[in-house]
Amino acid sequence: MIKAVPKPLEEVLDLVKDFTKVLIAGCDGCVTVCEAGGLKEAKVLASALRLYFTQAGRQAQIDEISLTRQCEKEYLAQLSDKMDAYDAVVSLACGCGVQYMAEMYNNKIIYPGVDTCFLGVNEERGLYSERCQACGRCILAETGGICPIARCSKRMLNGPCGGSDAGRCEINKDIPCGWELIYERLKTLGQLDRFEKPVDPKDWTTSRDGGPRKIVREDLRI
Amino acid sequence: MSVTTPSKLQKMIASGNLAVTSEVGPPRSADGAVIEHKGNLIKDYVDAINVTDNQTSVCRVCSLACCIRLKLMGLEPVLQMVTRDRNRIALQSDILGAASFGINNMLCLTGDHQHFGDHPTCANVFDLDSIQLIQTVKMMRDEGRLLGGFEFAVRPQMFIGAAANPFAGPNVAMRVSRLAKKVAAGVQFIQTQCIYNLDKFKEFMKLMVDRGLHEKVAILAGITPLKNVGMAKYMQKRVPGLEVPDSVVRRIGGVPKEKQAEEGITLVEQIQELKEVEGVRGFHIMAIEWEEKVPGIIDRAGLYPRPQLA
Repeated sequence: MIKAVPKPLEEVLDLVKDFTKVLIAGCDGCVTVCEAGGLKEAKVLASALRLYFTQAGRQAQIDEISLTRQCEKEYLAQLSDKMDAYDAVVSLACGCGVQYMAEMYNNKIIYPGVDTCFLGVNEERGLYSERCQACGRCILAETGGICPIARCSKRMLNGPCGGSDAGRCEINKDIPCGWELIYERLKTLGQLDRFEKPVDPKDWTTSRDGGPRKIVREDLRI
Repeated sequence: MSVTTPSKLQKMIASGNLAVTSEVGPPRSADGAVIEHKGNLIKDYVDAINVTDNQTSVCRVCSLACCIRLKLMGLEPVLQMVTRDRNRIALQSDILGAASFGINNMLCLTGDHQHFGDHPTCANVFDLDSIQLIQTVKMMRDEGRLLGGFEFAVRPQMFIGAAANPFAGPNVAMRVSRLAKKVAAGVQFIQTQCIYNLDKFKEFMKLMVDRGLHEKVAILAGITPLKNVGMAKYMQKRVPGLEVPDSVVRRIGGVPKEKQAEEGITLVEQIQELKEVEGVRGFHIMAIEWEEKVPGIIDRAGLYPRPQLA
Protein backbone atom coordinates (compact mmCIF):
# COMPACT_ATOMS: atom_id res chain seq x y z
CA MET A 1 0.00 0.00 0.00
CA ILE A 2 0.94 3.66 -0.33
CA LYS A 3 2.65 4.94 2.81
CA ALA A 4 2.55 8.55 3.96
CA VAL A 5 3.34 10.66 7.01
CA PRO A 6 1.45 13.71 8.28
CA LYS A 7 3.06 17.02 7.41
CA PRO A 8 4.36 18.96 10.42
CA LEU A 9 1.55 21.04 11.96
CA GLU A 10 3.53 24.26 11.45
CA GLU A 11 3.68 23.62 7.71
CA VAL A 12 -0.09 23.08 7.47
CA LEU A 13 -0.73 26.14 9.66
CA ASP A 14 1.38 28.22 7.35
CA LEU A 15 -0.71 27.05 4.39
CA VAL A 16 -4.10 27.85 5.90
CA LYS A 17 -3.47 30.72 8.33
CA ASP A 18 -4.99 33.36 6.07
CA PHE A 19 -8.27 31.50 5.53
CA THR A 20 -11.35 31.39 7.71
CA LYS A 21 -13.19 28.38 6.31
CA VAL A 22 -11.13 25.23 5.83
CA LEU A 23 -12.15 21.64 5.20
CA ILE A 24 -9.82 18.83 6.26
CA ALA A 25 -10.50 15.88 3.95
CA GLY A 26 -9.23 12.47 5.01
CA CYS A 27 -9.16 9.34 2.87
CA ASP A 28 -10.31 5.91 4.05
CA GLY A 29 -7.76 4.12 1.84
CA CYS A 30 -4.03 3.63 2.29
CA VAL A 31 -3.43 6.70 4.45
CA THR A 32 -5.96 5.39 6.98
CA VAL A 33 -4.02 2.13 7.27
CA CYS A 34 -0.75 3.93 7.98
CA GLU A 35 -2.56 6.37 10.29
CA ALA A 36 -1.45 9.45 8.39
CA GLY A 37 -4.63 10.75 6.76
CA GLY A 38 -7.81 8.94 7.77
CA LEU A 39 -10.83 10.33 9.61
CA LYS A 40 -9.02 10.06 12.93
CA GLU A 41 -6.08 12.14 11.70
CA ALA A 42 -8.47 14.62 10.01
CA LYS A 43 -10.17 15.17 13.37
CA VAL A 44 -6.85 15.62 15.17
CA LEU A 45 -5.62 18.13 12.60
CA ALA A 46 -8.94 20.03 12.60
CA SER A 47 -8.81 20.29 16.40
CA ALA A 48 -5.27 21.60 16.29
CA LEU A 49 -6.22 24.22 13.70
CA ARG A 50 -9.28 25.28 15.70
CA LEU A 51 -7.08 25.70 18.76
CA TYR A 52 -4.61 27.78 16.73
CA PHE A 53 -7.33 30.14 15.46
CA THR A 54 -8.93 30.44 18.90
CA GLN A 55 -5.59 31.31 20.48
CA ALA A 56 -4.98 33.83 17.73
CA GLY A 57 -8.32 35.42 18.58
CA ARG A 58 -9.76 34.73 15.17
CA GLN A 59 -13.08 33.35 14.02
CA ALA A 60 -12.62 30.33 11.80
CA GLN A 61 -14.64 27.37 10.64
CA ILE A 62 -12.61 24.19 10.44
CA ASP A 63 -14.53 21.02 9.50
CA GLU A 64 -13.42 17.48 8.82
CA ILE A 65 -14.66 14.69 6.62
CA SER A 66 -13.24 11.48 5.19
CA LEU A 67 -13.97 10.02 1.78
CA THR A 68 -13.89 6.33 0.89
CA ARG A 69 -11.11 6.96 -1.66
CA GLN A 70 -9.87 10.22 -3.04
CA CYS A 71 -8.45 8.54 -6.13
CA GLU A 72 -11.94 7.91 -7.51
CA LYS A 73 -14.31 10.47 -9.00
CA GLU A 74 -17.49 9.04 -7.54
CA TYR A 75 -16.23 9.54 -3.99
CA LEU A 76 -14.74 12.96 -4.70
CA ALA A 77 -18.13 13.96 -6.14
CA GLN A 78 -19.57 13.68 -2.64
CA LEU A 79 -17.91 17.03 -1.91
CA SER A 80 -19.61 18.87 -4.77
CA ASP A 81 -22.33 20.48 -2.64
CA LYS A 82 -19.91 21.33 0.16
CA MET A 83 -17.01 22.96 -1.66
CA ASP A 84 -18.57 26.42 -1.94
CA ALA A 85 -18.65 26.67 1.85
CA TYR A 86 -14.85 26.60 2.15
CA ASP A 87 -11.92 28.82 1.19
CA ALA A 88 -9.57 25.88 0.98
CA VAL A 89 -9.31 22.14 1.50
CA VAL A 90 -6.44 20.29 3.11
CA SER A 91 -6.48 16.81 1.63
CA LEU A 92 -4.90 14.10 3.75
CA ALA A 93 -4.89 11.64 0.87
CA CYS A 94 -1.73 10.59 -0.96
CA GLY A 95 -0.45 12.76 -3.79
CA CYS A 96 -2.86 11.01 -6.16
CA GLY A 97 -5.88 11.98 -4.08
CA VAL A 98 -4.76 15.59 -3.66
CA GLN A 99 -4.26 15.98 -7.40
CA TYR A 100 -7.48 14.24 -8.37
CA MET A 101 -9.44 16.48 -6.04
CA ALA A 102 -7.73 19.54 -7.51
CA GLU A 103 -8.59 18.30 -11.00
CA MET A 104 -12.25 17.94 -10.12
CA TYR A 105 -12.51 21.23 -8.21
CA ASN A 106 -10.46 23.42 -10.48
CA ASN A 107 -11.26 26.74 -8.78
CA LYS A 108 -10.71 25.58 -5.24
CA ILE A 109 -7.44 25.76 -3.32
CA ILE A 110 -6.47 22.21 -2.41
CA TYR A 111 -3.38 21.72 -0.22
CA PRO A 112 -1.63 18.50 0.78
CA GLY A 113 -1.68 17.56 4.44
CA VAL A 114 0.62 14.54 4.22
CA ASP A 115 3.94 13.69 2.61
CA THR A 116 3.48 10.66 0.37
CA CYS A 117 6.49 8.39 0.83
CA PHE A 118 6.49 4.99 -0.85
CA LEU A 119 4.82 1.66 -1.62
CA GLY A 120 5.42 -0.46 1.42
CA VAL A 121 4.33 -2.86 4.09
CA ASN A 122 3.27 -2.59 7.72
CA GLU A 123 6.05 -4.26 9.67
CA GLU A 124 4.43 -3.21 12.92
CA ARG A 125 2.10 -0.42 13.91
CA GLY A 126 4.00 2.76 13.15
CA LEU A 127 6.76 0.91 11.30
CA TYR A 128 6.44 0.83 7.53
CA SER A 129 9.08 -0.05 4.98
CA GLU A 130 9.43 0.16 1.24
CA ARG A 131 9.08 -2.90 -0.96
CA CYS A 132 8.20 -1.72 -4.47
CA GLN A 133 9.08 1.19 -6.75
CA ALA A 134 6.43 0.37 -9.36
CA CYS A 135 8.97 0.05 -12.19
CA GLY A 136 6.28 -1.50 -14.35
CA ARG A 137 8.08 -4.76 -15.13
CA CYS A 138 8.31 -7.10 -12.18
CA ILE A 139 11.52 -9.13 -11.80
CA LEU A 140 10.74 -10.76 -8.45
CA ALA A 141 10.68 -14.20 -10.08
CA GLU A 142 14.40 -13.86 -10.80
CA THR A 143 15.49 -12.33 -7.52
CA GLY A 144 14.14 -14.68 -4.90
CA GLY A 145 11.06 -12.56 -4.29
CA ILE A 146 13.12 -9.59 -3.06
CA CYS A 147 13.25 -6.48 -5.23
CA PRO A 148 16.74 -5.03 -5.79
CA ILE A 149 15.28 -1.86 -7.26
CA ALA A 150 13.42 -1.07 -4.06
CA ARG A 151 15.75 -2.75 -1.57
CA CYS A 152 19.22 -1.79 -2.88
CA SER A 153 20.23 1.86 -2.36
CA LYS A 154 21.83 1.81 -5.81
CA ARG A 155 19.01 -0.19 -7.44
CA MET A 156 21.69 -2.60 -8.72
CA LEU A 157 20.50 -5.52 -10.79
CA ASN A 158 23.80 -7.33 -10.20
CA GLY A 159 24.60 -6.69 -6.58
CA PRO A 160 25.78 -6.56 -3.90
CA CYS A 161 28.20 -3.66 -4.20
CA GLY A 162 31.49 -3.58 -2.34
CA GLY A 163 30.17 -1.23 0.30
CA SER A 164 27.84 -3.57 2.13
CA ASP A 165 29.20 -4.52 5.51
CA ALA A 166 28.14 -7.51 7.56
CA GLY A 167 24.90 -7.65 5.59
CA ARG A 168 24.09 -3.98 6.09
CA CYS A 169 23.84 -1.22 3.51
CA GLU A 170 26.70 1.26 3.14
CA ILE A 171 24.45 4.26 3.58
CA ASN A 172 22.86 3.17 6.86
CA LYS A 173 23.52 0.23 9.16
CA ASP A 174 19.78 0.01 9.86
CA ILE A 175 19.11 -0.94 6.24
CA PRO A 176 19.72 -4.58 5.37
CA CYS A 177 21.70 -5.09 2.16
CA GLY A 178 19.02 -6.05 -0.36
CA TRP A 179 21.44 -8.20 -2.31
CA GLU A 180 22.57 -10.15 0.72
CA LEU A 181 18.89 -10.89 1.34
CA ILE A 182 18.50 -11.99 -2.28
CA TYR A 183 21.60 -14.20 -2.09
CA GLU A 184 20.41 -15.91 1.08
CA ARG A 185 16.88 -16.45 -0.24
CA LEU A 186 18.14 -17.84 -3.55
CA LYS A 187 20.35 -20.20 -1.54
CA THR A 188 17.36 -21.33 0.52
CA LEU A 189 15.35 -21.89 -2.65
CA GLY A 190 18.18 -23.81 -4.34
CA GLN A 191 18.38 -21.13 -7.06
CA LEU A 192 21.90 -19.75 -6.51
CA ASP A 193 22.64 -20.30 -10.21
CA ARG A 194 20.56 -17.21 -10.84
CA PHE A 195 22.97 -15.13 -8.75
CA GLU A 196 25.93 -15.67 -11.06
CA LYS A 197 24.12 -14.95 -14.30
CA PRO A 198 24.66 -11.31 -15.36
CA VAL A 199 21.41 -9.41 -15.72
CA ASP A 200 21.30 -7.17 -18.80
CA PRO A 201 20.64 -3.42 -18.57
CA LYS A 202 17.01 -2.81 -17.69
CA ASP A 203 14.42 -1.24 -19.94
CA TRP A 204 13.29 1.65 -17.76
CA THR A 205 10.57 2.86 -20.13
CA THR A 206 7.90 1.32 -17.93
CA SER A 207 9.31 3.19 -14.94
CA ARG A 208 9.21 6.97 -14.47
CA ASP A 209 11.83 7.34 -17.20
CA GLY A 210 9.13 6.69 -19.82
CA GLY A 211 7.21 9.78 -18.72
CA PRO A 212 3.85 9.87 -16.90
CA ARG A 213 2.38 6.40 -17.10
CA LYS A 214 -1.07 5.20 -18.02
CA ILE A 215 -2.71 1.79 -18.05
CA VAL A 216 -5.35 1.16 -20.71
CA ARG A 217 -7.12 -2.14 -20.12
CA GLU A 218 -9.31 -2.63 -23.15
CA ASP A 219 -10.72 -5.81 -21.61
CA LEU A 220 -12.14 -3.77 -18.73
CA ARG A 221 -13.31 -0.72 -20.61
CA ILE A 222 -16.95 -0.53 -21.62
CA MET B 1 46.02 -14.52 -20.93
CA SER B 2 46.87 -13.17 -24.35
CA VAL B 3 47.21 -9.59 -25.52
CA THR B 4 44.02 -8.46 -27.23
CA THR B 5 44.22 -4.67 -26.96
CA PRO B 6 46.98 -2.02 -27.23
CA SER B 7 46.88 -1.70 -23.41
CA LYS B 8 50.35 -1.65 -21.82
CA LEU B 9 48.84 -2.99 -18.63
CA GLN B 10 47.44 -5.99 -20.45
CA LYS B 11 50.80 -6.54 -22.10
CA MET B 12 52.56 -6.50 -18.71
CA ILE B 13 50.11 -9.00 -17.24
CA ALA B 14 50.36 -11.24 -20.29
CA SER B 15 54.18 -11.20 -20.02
CA GLY B 16 53.94 -13.01 -16.70
CA ASN B 17 55.59 -10.18 -14.76
CA LEU B 18 53.81 -8.82 -11.72
CA ALA B 19 51.95 -5.72 -12.88
CA VAL B 20 51.90 -2.53 -10.83
CA THR B 21 49.23 0.14 -10.99
CA SER B 22 48.54 3.11 -8.80
CA GLU B 23 46.03 5.90 -8.78
CA VAL B 24 45.78 9.65 -8.67
CA GLY B 25 42.87 11.63 -7.33
CA PRO B 26 41.82 14.72 -9.34
CA PRO B 27 41.65 18.11 -7.60
CA ARG B 28 38.52 19.90 -6.40
CA SER B 29 39.30 22.86 -8.63
CA ALA B 30 40.15 23.53 -12.26
CA ASP B 31 43.89 23.19 -11.58
CA GLY B 32 45.07 20.73 -14.21
CA ALA B 33 48.69 20.94 -13.05
CA VAL B 34 47.83 18.81 -10.00
CA ILE B 35 47.27 15.72 -12.11
CA GLU B 36 50.36 16.42 -14.16
CA HIS B 37 52.39 16.67 -10.95
CA LYS B 38 50.93 13.48 -9.45
CA GLY B 39 51.40 11.63 -12.72
CA ASN B 40 55.04 12.67 -12.90
CA LEU B 41 55.64 11.53 -9.31
CA ILE B 42 54.74 7.93 -10.03
CA LYS B 43 55.08 7.41 -13.77
CA ASP B 44 58.37 5.51 -13.72
CA TYR B 45 57.18 3.12 -11.03
CA VAL B 46 53.89 1.87 -12.43
CA ASP B 47 52.57 0.27 -15.59
CA ALA B 48 49.31 2.23 -15.54
CA ILE B 49 47.70 5.02 -13.56
CA ASN B 50 44.07 4.95 -12.48
CA VAL B 51 42.22 8.24 -12.26
CA THR B 52 39.37 8.12 -9.80
CA ASP B 53 35.87 9.23 -10.80
CA ASN B 54 34.50 11.64 -8.19
CA GLN B 55 35.56 9.23 -5.47
CA THR B 56 33.48 9.05 -2.29
CA SER B 57 30.92 11.11 -4.24
CA VAL B 58 32.96 14.31 -3.88
CA CYS B 59 32.86 16.51 -6.97
CA ARG B 60 36.25 16.86 -8.66
CA VAL B 61 37.81 17.31 -12.10
CA CYS B 62 36.40 14.52 -14.23
CA SER B 63 38.35 11.32 -14.70
CA LEU B 64 38.15 11.54 -18.47
CA ALA B 65 39.82 14.98 -18.67
CA CYS B 66 42.61 13.82 -16.35
CA CYS B 67 43.11 10.60 -18.29
CA ILE B 68 43.43 12.57 -21.53
CA ARG B 69 46.00 14.81 -19.82
CA LEU B 70 48.02 11.77 -18.69
CA LYS B 71 47.74 10.21 -22.13
CA LEU B 72 49.05 13.40 -23.75
CA MET B 73 52.00 13.19 -21.34
CA GLY B 74 52.74 9.75 -22.78
CA LEU B 75 51.50 7.85 -19.73
CA GLU B 76 49.10 4.89 -19.55
CA PRO B 77 45.84 5.90 -17.85
CA VAL B 78 43.09 3.68 -16.47
CA LEU B 79 39.75 5.47 -16.81
CA GLN B 80 37.65 4.82 -13.73
CA MET B 81 33.94 5.14 -14.42
CA VAL B 82 31.11 4.95 -11.92
CA THR B 83 27.49 4.48 -12.93
CA ARG B 84 26.19 6.74 -10.16
CA ASP B 85 26.29 10.01 -12.07
CA ARG B 86 25.71 9.13 -15.73
CA ASN B 87 23.17 7.15 -17.69
CA ARG B 88 24.03 4.76 -20.52
CA ILE B 89 24.11 7.55 -23.08
CA ALA B 90 26.71 9.53 -21.12
CA LEU B 91 28.75 6.46 -20.15
CA GLN B 92 29.02 5.19 -23.71
CA SER B 93 29.74 8.72 -24.92
CA ASP B 94 32.65 9.01 -22.47
CA ILE B 95 33.97 5.57 -23.45
CA LEU B 96 34.02 6.64 -27.09
CA GLY B 97 35.64 9.93 -26.10
CA ALA B 98 38.34 8.15 -24.11
CA ALA B 99 39.00 5.70 -26.90
CA SER B 100 39.28 8.57 -29.39
CA PHE B 101 42.34 9.71 -27.40
CA GLY B 102 43.83 6.21 -27.34
CA ILE B 103 42.89 5.39 -23.76
CA ASN B 104 42.92 1.62 -23.51
CA ASN B 105 42.08 0.75 -19.90
CA MET B 106 38.86 1.12 -17.96
CA LEU B 107 37.76 0.30 -14.47
CA CYS B 108 34.01 -0.29 -14.29
CA LEU B 109 32.46 0.62 -10.94
CA THR B 110 29.01 1.26 -9.54
CA GLY B 111 30.37 3.96 -7.22
CA ASP B 112 29.81 5.06 -3.66
CA HIS B 113 26.35 6.31 -2.81
CA GLN B 114 26.11 10.11 -2.91
CA HIS B 115 25.18 10.03 0.76
CA PHE B 116 28.93 10.09 1.57
CA GLY B 117 29.90 13.03 -0.56
CA ASP B 118 29.64 16.79 -0.83
CA HIS B 119 26.25 16.72 -2.60
CA PRO B 120 24.18 14.34 -0.48
CA THR B 121 20.86 15.85 -1.65
CA CYS B 122 21.44 15.11 -5.33
CA ALA B 123 19.60 12.56 -7.45
CA ASN B 124 21.59 9.51 -8.46
CA VAL B 125 21.39 7.70 -11.78
CA PHE B 126 22.35 4.03 -11.50
CA ASP B 127 20.85 3.35 -14.93
CA LEU B 128 23.46 0.57 -15.15
CA ASP B 129 25.52 -1.16 -12.47
CA SER B 130 29.20 -2.10 -12.67
CA ILE B 131 28.50 -5.50 -14.26
CA GLN B 132 26.26 -3.97 -16.90
CA LEU B 133 28.99 -1.38 -17.60
CA ILE B 134 31.43 -4.27 -18.16
CA GLN B 135 28.92 -5.86 -20.56
CA THR B 136 28.47 -2.53 -22.32
CA VAL B 137 32.13 -1.77 -22.96
CA LYS B 138 32.73 -5.37 -24.02
CA MET B 139 29.90 -5.10 -26.54
CA MET B 140 31.27 -1.81 -27.84
CA ARG B 141 34.75 -3.30 -28.20
CA ASP B 142 33.94 -6.78 -29.51
CA GLU B 143 30.78 -6.16 -31.51
CA GLY B 144 31.12 -2.48 -32.42
CA ARG B 145 27.65 -1.84 -31.12
CA LEU B 146 25.99 0.51 -28.65
CA LEU B 147 23.36 -0.68 -26.17
CA GLY B 148 20.77 1.04 -28.36
CA GLY B 149 21.77 -1.20 -31.28
CA PHE B 150 23.70 1.34 -33.39
CA GLU B 151 26.68 -0.25 -35.11
CA PHE B 152 29.92 1.66 -35.62
CA ALA B 153 33.28 1.03 -37.25
CA VAL B 154 36.03 2.41 -34.99
CA ARG B 155 35.80 0.41 -31.78
CA PRO B 156 37.16 1.32 -28.34
CA GLN B 157 40.10 -0.97 -27.60
CA MET B 158 39.58 -1.30 -23.89
CA PHE B 159 41.26 -3.63 -21.43
CA ILE B 160 38.34 -4.05 -19.04
CA GLY B 161 38.80 -3.91 -15.29
CA ALA B 162 36.61 -3.84 -12.22
CA ALA B 163 36.92 -3.92 -8.46
CA ALA B 164 36.35 -6.72 -5.98
CA ASN B 165 35.99 -6.56 -2.25
CA PRO B 166 36.78 -9.83 -0.48
CA PHE B 167 36.13 -8.14 2.87
CA ALA B 168 32.54 -6.96 2.53
CA GLY B 169 31.73 -10.00 4.61
CA PRO B 170 30.75 -12.07 6.27
CA ASN B 171 30.15 -14.29 3.26
CA VAL B 172 33.39 -14.78 1.28
CA ALA B 173 31.71 -17.34 -1.01
CA MET B 174 29.16 -14.73 -2.05
CA ARG B 175 31.98 -12.32 -2.89
CA VAL B 176 33.63 -14.97 -5.06
CA SER B 177 30.28 -15.62 -6.75
CA ARG B 178 29.90 -11.93 -7.47
CA LEU B 179 33.36 -11.85 -9.00
CA ALA B 180 32.46 -14.91 -11.08
CA LYS B 181 29.56 -12.85 -12.37
CA LYS B 182 31.95 -10.07 -13.39
CA VAL B 183 34.08 -12.66 -15.20
CA ALA B 184 30.98 -13.94 -16.98
CA ALA B 185 30.24 -10.34 -18.00
CA GLY B 186 33.71 -9.99 -19.53
CA VAL B 187 36.03 -8.42 -16.98
CA GLN B 188 39.76 -9.00 -17.64
CA PHE B 189 41.48 -7.54 -14.58
CA ILE B 190 40.49 -6.84 -11.01
CA GLN B 191 41.86 -4.35 -8.53
CA THR B 192 40.88 -5.45 -5.04
CA GLN B 193 39.87 -3.43 -2.02
CA CYS B 194 42.83 -2.57 0.26
CA ILE B 195 44.11 -5.67 1.97
CA TYR B 196 44.86 -5.57 5.68
CA ASN B 197 43.45 -8.99 6.60
CA LEU B 198 45.73 -11.40 4.73
CA ASP B 199 44.04 -14.54 6.02
CA LYS B 200 40.68 -13.48 4.64
CA PHE B 201 42.24 -12.47 1.33
CA LYS B 202 43.93 -15.87 1.06
CA GLU B 203 40.61 -17.59 1.78
CA PHE B 204 39.06 -15.53 -1.01
CA MET B 205 41.86 -16.38 -3.43
CA LYS B 206 41.68 -20.07 -2.58
CA LEU B 207 38.02 -20.12 -3.54
CA MET B 208 38.94 -18.26 -6.75
CA VAL B 209 41.65 -20.80 -7.58
CA ASP B 210 39.40 -23.76 -6.72
CA ARG B 211 36.97 -22.52 -9.35
CA GLY B 212 39.71 -21.73 -11.87
CA LEU B 213 38.65 -18.08 -11.92
CA HIS B 214 42.24 -16.89 -11.40
CA GLU B 215 43.01 -18.09 -14.92
CA LYS B 216 40.21 -16.06 -16.42
CA VAL B 217 40.89 -12.73 -14.71
CA ALA B 218 44.09 -11.05 -13.48
CA ILE B 219 43.91 -10.13 -9.81
CA LEU B 220 45.86 -7.06 -8.74
CA ALA B 221 46.04 -6.96 -4.95
CA GLY B 222 45.03 -3.63 -3.42
CA ILE B 223 47.52 -1.93 -1.10
CA THR B 224 46.93 1.30 0.82
CA PRO B 225 49.60 2.60 3.22
CA LEU B 226 48.23 3.99 6.49
CA LYS B 227 49.51 7.46 7.41
CA ASN B 228 48.82 7.28 11.12
CA VAL B 229 46.64 5.63 13.74
CA GLY B 230 43.89 8.17 13.05
CA MET B 231 43.65 7.04 9.46
CA ALA B 232 43.75 3.39 10.52
CA LYS B 233 40.82 3.95 12.87
CA TYR B 234 38.92 5.97 10.27
CA MET B 235 39.39 3.22 7.68
CA GLN B 236 38.34 0.63 10.24
CA LYS B 237 35.20 2.38 11.40
CA ARG B 238 34.03 4.66 8.63
CA VAL B 239 34.93 3.28 5.21
CA PRO B 240 32.23 0.91 3.98
CA GLY B 241 33.31 -2.63 3.27
CA LEU B 242 36.87 -2.17 4.49
CA GLU B 243 38.37 -4.43 7.10
CA VAL B 244 41.27 -3.19 9.22
CA PRO B 245 42.07 -5.73 11.96
CA ASP B 246 42.62 -4.42 15.50
CA SER B 247 46.17 -5.77 15.35
CA VAL B 248 47.00 -3.32 12.55
CA VAL B 249 45.52 -0.37 14.45
CA ARG B 250 47.48 -1.44 17.56
CA ARG B 251 50.70 -1.79 15.61
CA ILE B 252 50.52 1.72 14.16
CA GLY B 253 49.20 3.19 17.39
CA GLY B 254 52.04 1.49 19.27
CA VAL B 255 54.76 3.75 17.89
CA PRO B 256 55.27 7.49 18.54
CA LYS B 257 53.24 9.81 16.36
CA GLU B 258 56.22 10.97 14.29
CA LYS B 259 57.05 7.37 13.41
CA GLN B 260 53.53 6.22 12.56
CA ALA B 261 53.82 7.09 8.86
CA GLU B 262 56.98 5.00 8.64
CA GLU B 263 55.25 2.14 10.42
CA GLY B 264 52.32 2.42 8.00
CA ILE B 265 54.68 2.11 5.07
CA THR B 266 56.45 -0.83 6.72
CA LEU B 267 53.12 -2.60 6.89
CA VAL B 268 53.12 -2.91 3.14
CA GLU B 269 55.81 -5.54 3.63
CA GLN B 270 52.80 -7.81 3.19
CA ILE B 271 53.38 -7.33 -0.55
CA GLN B 272 56.13 -9.96 -0.27
CA GLU B 273 53.68 -12.42 1.23
CA LEU B 274 51.00 -11.54 -1.31
CA LYS B 275 53.41 -12.23 -4.18
CA GLU B 276 53.30 -15.88 -3.17
CA VAL B 277 49.50 -16.14 -3.18
CA GLU B 278 48.34 -18.13 -6.18
CA GLY B 279 46.37 -16.01 -8.61
CA VAL B 280 47.90 -12.66 -7.64
CA ARG B 281 49.15 -11.09 -10.88
CA GLY B 282 50.22 -7.74 -9.56
CA PHE B 283 49.49 -4.86 -7.23
CA HIS B 284 47.37 -1.77 -7.15
CA ILE B 285 48.82 0.86 -4.80
CA MET B 286 46.25 3.36 -3.54
CA ALA B 287 48.14 5.97 -1.55
CA ILE B 288 45.28 8.34 -0.82
CA GLU B 289 46.55 11.95 -1.15
CA TRP B 290 49.99 10.48 -0.45
CA GLU B 291 51.14 9.79 -3.98
CA GLU B 292 54.71 10.83 -3.17
CA LYS B 293 55.11 7.63 -1.13
CA VAL B 294 54.25 5.34 -4.03
CA PRO B 295 57.77 5.14 -5.55
CA GLY B 296 59.33 4.18 -2.20
CA ILE B 297 56.72 1.49 -1.55
CA ILE B 298 57.20 -0.04 -4.99
CA ASP B 299 60.96 0.10 -4.68
CA ARG B 300 60.97 -1.56 -1.25
CA ALA B 301 58.59 -4.22 -2.51
CA GLY B 302 61.18 -5.24 -5.12
CA LEU B 303 58.90 -4.19 -7.96
CA TYR B 304 61.24 -1.51 -9.33
CA PRO B 305 62.59 -1.02 -11.92
CA ARG B 306 59.60 -1.94 -14.03
CA PRO B 307 60.30 -4.47 -16.77
CA GLN B 308 60.60 -2.81 -20.18
CA LEU B 309 58.48 -4.66 -22.71
CA ALA B 310 58.98 -4.28 -26.43
